[in-house]
Amino acid sequence: MKTKAITVAFACFSLWVSILSCQNSGQIEQAQYFINGKLAYELHCQNCHGAKGEGLKLLIPPLTDTAFIKANLGNIAGYIKYGISGEMWINGQLYNGEMPAETHLTPIEITYIINYIGNSFGNDIGFYSLEQVENDLNAYTAR
Amino acid sequence: MSKVVDGQTVVDTLYKTLPDFEFLNQDSARVTAETFDNSIYVADFFFTSCPSICPIMHRNMLRAYEKFKNHPEVKFLSHSIDTKYDTPSVLKDYAVKLGAEGPQWQFVTGSREDIYGIAPEYMVFAEKNDKVAGGYEHQGWFILVDKNKHIRGAYDGTNTDEVEKMMKDMDILLREYEN
Repeated sequence: MKTKAITVAFACFSLWVSILSCQNSGQIEQAQYFINGKLAYELHCQNCHGAKGEGLKLLIPPLTDTAFIKANLGNIAGYIKYGISGEMWINGQLYNGEMPAETHLTPIEITYIINYIGNSFGNDIGFYSLEQVENDLNAYTAR
Repeated sequence: MSKVVDGQTVVDTLYKTLPDFEFLNQDSARVTAETFDNSIYVADFFFTSCPSICPIMHRNMLRAYEKFKNHPEVKFLSHSIDTKYDTPSVLKDYAVKLGAEGPQWQFVTGSREDIYGIAPEYMVFAEKNDKVAGGYEHQGWFILVDKNKHIRGAYDGTNTDEVEKMMKDMDILLREYEN
């Protein structure tokens, strides 16, 4: 009887540990993507969009429009890789500039950047996977 | 340079004097050295479609502009080095979107020879180069010029600390004229 209780307790404990470690490895991966994303952002995005994602007046849109980011999440990878031009409403302001293409960026670099932008500047999209980015890029038609 | 004063050789600073110039601004109006008479001003070189350092430069320049907004003795002069694309109307659109309305901040264009000729006078390197992003290679210096058209300082326009220092130097320079 006592042995059985110990076995059950041990089983519960190991289940708890494995769940916890799973969660941790997921969190660690997300943190790695975020840090790599910060570095890639500084290199490829920050000149224009600013260290706080603040943009530049009406010339360059900020990255702080959480509703826009959420609504266009599936297109962000395409915007980054292929650039974007034409009218865009961000934070209630009309922008009509041109973001140059960054076709040299690999899907994993784009994934890092999306994880950084998506979880900074007030955005909170959670983890965005490489598979999602690859699917987004395959489905994307440049506008 | 050195000179002899009371039998002693002393070293004196000789500031570089800028030559006269003539450009067109964002309102298609003529801008010359005279436009900046009785003002100190900050000059830089940029182009509107610049994907590299220009947005940082003008994010920083905007801080100085906002600090000295409407100051009658402070002006700003941004030369476009993309003389083909950056016409006065393109410059006007850029200035308005940047929030720089009115004549205090002049955005100018001119002939290739004139723009690329004045850059070295401000000791700034600018050249067309198809190998770099955007097609033009240039340095991000902000050049502080006094009322005598002398260069008094050069600051890295991409570095917020240096631009902070520039704003302090502008205060000091303005104080020189107070009496």
